[in-house]
Amino acid sequence: MKLYCLSSDAAKPCFVLSFKELLIMLDCGLSAHSVLNFLPLPPVPSTRLASLPNYTPPHLNDPLLEGELKECCGRVFVDSIPEFCPPLDKVVDFSQLDVILISNYTCMMALPFITEDTGFKGQVYATEPTLQIGRFYLEELAEWVSGAAGSAAGAARRWKELLHVLPAPLAHAARPRSWRRLFAPAALARALARVRVVGYDERVDVYGALDATAVSSGFCLGSANWVLRSAHEKVAYVSGSSTLTTHPRPINQAALRGADLLVLAALTQTPAHNPDHMLGDLCVHAAVTLRGGGSVLLPVYPSGVLYDLLECLSAHLDGAGLASVPLYVLSPVADSSLAYSNILAEWVSVGKQARVYLPEEPFPHAALVRAGRLKHARALHDDAFSADFRQPCVVFCGHPSLRFGAAVHLVELWASNPAHAIIFTEPDFPYLDALAPFQPLAMKAFHCPIDTSLNYSQANKLVRELRPRELALPEQYAAPGPGAPPRPHIACDAPVVVLRRGLARACGARRGLARGWLSAALAARVAPRDVRAGLRAAPLAAALRVRDRRVSLDDAPPGAPGAARRPPPRLELAAPDVDALVRALAREGVADARVERGADGCIVHLPRHDTLVHVERHATHVFCEGDAGVRQALRRAIAACMPHV
Amino acid sequence: MPDIKITPLGAGQDVGRSCILLSMGGKNIMLDCGMHMGYNDERRFPDFSYIVSEGPITSQIDCVIISHFHLDHCGALPYMSEMVGYTGPIYMTHPTKAIAPILLEDMRKVAVERKGESNFFTSQMIKDCIKKVTAVTLHQSVMVDNELEIKAYYAGHVLGAAMFWIRVGSQSVVYTGDYNMTPDRHLGAAWIDKCRPDLLITESTYATTIRDSKRCRERDFLKKVHECVEKGGKVLIPVFALGRAQELCILLETYWERMNLKCPVYFALGLTEKANNYYKMFITWTNQKIRKTFVQRNMFDFKHIKPFDKSYIDNPGAMVVFATPGMLHAGLSLNIFKKWAPYEQNMVIMPGFCVQGTVGHKILNGAKKVEFENRQVVEVKMAVEYMSFSAHADAKGIMQLIQYCEPKNVLLVHGEAQKMEFLKDKIEKEFKINCYMPANGETCTINTPTKIPIDVSLRLLKAEAVRYNAQPPDPKRRRVVNGILCVRDNRLSLLDIDEMCDEIGINRHIIRFTSTVRFEDPGPAVKTAEKLKTLLSEKLEGWTITISEANISVESVLIKVEGDDDSTKNIYVSWTNQDEDLGSYILGLLQSMVQ
Ligand SMILES: [Zn+2]
Repeated sequence: MKLYCLSSDAAKPCFVLSFKELLIMLDCGLSAHSVLNFLPLPPVPSTRLASLPNYTPPHLNDPLLEGELKECCGRVFVDSIPEFCPPLDKVVDFSQLDVILISNYTCMMALPFITEDTGFKGQVYATEPTLQIGRFYLEELAEWVSGAAGSAAGAARRWKELLHVLPAPLAHAARPRSWRRLFAPAALARALARVRVVGYDERVDVYGALDATAVSSGFCLGSANWVLRSAHEKVAYVSGSSTLTTHPRPINQAALRGADLLVLAALTQTPAHNPDHMLGDLCVHAAVTLRGGGSVLLPVYPSGVLYDLLECLSAHLDGAGLASVPLYVLSPVADSSLAYSNILAEWVSVGKQARVYLPEEPFPHAALVRAGRLKHARALHDDAFSADFRQPCVVFCGHPSLRFGAAVHLVELWASNPAHAIIFTEPDFPYLDALAPFQPLAMKAFHCPIDTSLNYSQANKLVRELRPRELALPEQYAAPGPGAPPRPHIACDAPVVVLRRGLARACGARRGLARGWLSAALAARVAPRDVRAGLRAAPLAAALRVRDRRVSLDDAPPGAPGAARRPPPRLELAAPDVDALVRALAREGVADARVERGADGCIVHLPRHDTLVHVERHATHVFCEGDAGVRQALRRAIAACMPHV
Repeated sequence: MPDIKITPLGAGQDVGRSCILLSMGGKNIMLDCGMHMGYNDERRFPDFSYIVSEGPITSQIDCVIISHFHLDHCGALPYMSEMVGYTGPIYMTHPTKAIAPILLEDMRKVAVERKGESNFFTSQMIKDCIKKVTAVTLHQSVMVDNELEIKAYYAGHVLGAAMFWIRVGSQSVVYTGDYNMTPDRHLGAAWIDKCRPDLLITESTYATTIRDSKRCRERDFLKKVHECVEKGGKVLIPVFALGRAQELCILLETYWERMNLKCPVYFALGLTEKANNYYKMFITWTNQKIRKTFVQRNMFDFKHIKPFDKSYIDNPGAMVVFATPGMLHAGLSLNIFKKWAPYEQNMVIMPGFCVQGTVGHKILNGAKKVEFENRQVVEVKMAVEYMSFSAHADAKGIMQLIQYCEPKNVLLVHGEAQKMEFLKDKIEKEFKINCYMPANGETCTINTPTKIPIDVSLRLLKAEAVRYNAQPPDPKRRRVVNGILCVRDNRLSLLDIDEMCDEIGINRHIIRFTSTVRFEDPGPAVKTAEKLKTLLSEKLEGWTITISEANISVESVLIKVEGDDDSTKNIYVSWTNQDEDLGSYILGLLQSMVQ
């Protein structure tokens, strides 16, 4: 077993496991930190952003760099279509991948980079909510990045060669030459069309070599951990898991227990922030802002924590006498996302499921929509939206990086008014970096990250309970090296394999056994003998059939073509009894045996046949210069007086 | 235990109440727990005393599986769990768990409140019963215990209907419940993978029918409704709240939209909205088209179909009304029927099967007058139409399912004996497999070859593969493995002999034979060895022969040449006991070469 790590972002993992001669990709997360180095793409033209001064590094005259960099609020940004950091494509040939297993919709955004125009021929598996919500995320992203006002700009490339002369933070950009622009919508559609939908606890047969099972991970709708099982090995991939009680089905820990190898990824990105407290803070900040006549902007993704926010915030505002404040969700996929969440009855917590049996929608946002409290629109300029937009209000819209999407426009619009507030809840981006191109900011900014993934103490507890034989994790989660300052990490009694982008690590014990099926007819024919207490054995010659890697052992008809060239092996357990051997030889007509006993064995002479039999504890050696007849007589005699199976 | 035993307590050569006992690998499973709608006495429920005449039933049954919410499949469940006292696990899909209690409660009301029956389960019993149900999702592999595994497949038929695959050890059975193999207006077609069960237990309601196309029946239905309302007539369609009702509503809704009709259509039951809500929320269980378009337009939000009020019965002019119950045996549909029946321009369309004794059954058999308990006589002048929209697989569909899952045996239930005979014959001829059709209370024993799990050494398999692949391809060639079978703690493994000795720490006693051949061949021993190697290579094609100085090895047989440059060489040939064939062959070869 070998494990390759292709992503440096532990929260957007991508691993490849070679197991049973298969190459299995575990997640294909797309790291989007890179977009923070780019100028925002406003959905409607912004004079401020359009009139920023060019930036040229001091003492450098490079015409190719012309127009690539802009200075904004004292920072240098790249003026180009934003780029993302897909998994490393140099270590594993994507055309050789057999299977991609996706754990949840936040860990699949790089799928088109893996499957399109790479010669990929394998299968992709995900749960139905993962596919649907992943589709919303990807379509929203694609629409914003391609539909933004400044999207005519070409790809800036030259700056990547000149990092050494650029100011921070651009100077520290990680491997910008590997950054890629987002895929075309056609490639996205093709990639999603490859996904095969699985349910929780459904055993998916992977080329007959192993079973892959998605089990609930408790993190978001349809989120899964994967259990890979062959007849003798078990690998558990735990990515994006939560032991908290929110809207999804709770985590299934039992299925992950006792794995030979446990791969742990996508822990919380904000370990210092308790999600419950953050949600409480958020509600308070929102209520205070609204009461002061300001509006609240929440830069969010179109699904996931959004559902909890809608539920909690609407209830809190009701209680705070702000029941008349409208809530807006702005996203190209808002309608689908809100509708879908209410048909996924089989994927939600027991409490939400009970509502479906009544039958009522599992989430309250459908009722909020019916009551006119919650409104959703595809974009800012939608007539339906702009016509009845009134303030103060709460607007949920993307993108959390503040580099594209409706949020860019709203921050531009509200930045100078101290009555308004922006509250960051998504943990993917450092909020100060997200706000960098909008300074100076008069509106209030709050950081209330809500990341329900496991924190270090929860993850340590989980690992202890799951008792894997070996643990593999990204270097960020591993114990710091000797001399390094202490930090929270995952400790484990079992051996730990530390993974880093671009490296391959051997892991998992090698087992030398395959699962086969023995026919009852053949089983009835063998008569095992006792070798010692609790162990019986017998030689077995069987007709072998391998179909879809399923091994069957059946009765071999005698004399079948190509039948045994060798007889079934015989296992001799101890030296022959020499006296018995002499008697047996006499019965075979070889009568002149002379026995000579020594310290470490016996020698039986057969002078008439020019033959010596040297009997020792672990070996009997026959030096036979007689004819074949003598040798056969010797074989029969030895066989007759030797314990064997 | 290689036998699989099946005893129908219901649905054996009849269409009434499905309840089938399955015994396999020491496990007893009850498939469905239905009630018979045609009886009002104890024959209504399965005869649980068959399982155990007295004492607790729970120890005799490992689990109960319910295929779908129709009462002939789940109607006796509260009786079994709350009155007979079964406390073991019960499995059904989420939609079935949501909808079954509503139908059970409806049926209970009719039985207790209208017919005044006693000794019937109560509302609370239905609730308590449903609480004990474990809901499953499609394709989820559920371990009932360490050995018993079940898995649901999509069956079409009604919302949430499932077929179940059941496995104990290496034996497996598929039970279909009711299913249909063609998608309809709101549901998809049944689907199963090539799971090759030892036994397929399939319904056979339409065992002899190859039904006309769904499209034709739909066109016929719409034409009749349209013609009737055009002439100002009223159309009554008695339905059950869930199931066909939704399909027919979608059908009328789209037709009204397309033809731009203005005549009112009513859906007359308290449950309407509630029922449709189940479809909205379990939309993942409907067909592809509805699932794809639900964001823009939920097919179960009807524009043309409005709720019915009792006062509309006497409204003048044309209208279409869906009313419950479906067999005209009580309630609103019967009230409307009484009012509308005496007029020629009106029409009643029965979209499903009616049990004997119901008004529906009577008028379908041509009754022109119907008499009621209070001596009220209603003349039936309205047109009476029967149109089967019940979604069961026809003969073609059943054969298709057999082809999909490739069972080793088939057992027919939920059908009429004569029709079953016909289908049994067809299955046995076409698929060359055994087909069974036990009657109620009759036990059918099916012998299946068992396979025993065994751990096979990869070293052994790899060595075999190397040998096999080294030979020219021949599909007829048998592949053979030789090893040592070990039995430890009831677990079997097949190991390479040395591997076995290593693993269990025994020292193998090795028997080796060595013989000498003398060869007159002056020159260095190495040269002699090379000569011999060339000769052996010619004679032993396909064997691995290696040479190192004066030592040659032919697979595990060793040949060593010794002697001074100018004298006779001693050629020692040495092999272990198990290589006797090869060893003696090489010895013979060398002996003949030196002569
Ligand atoms: Zn049915």
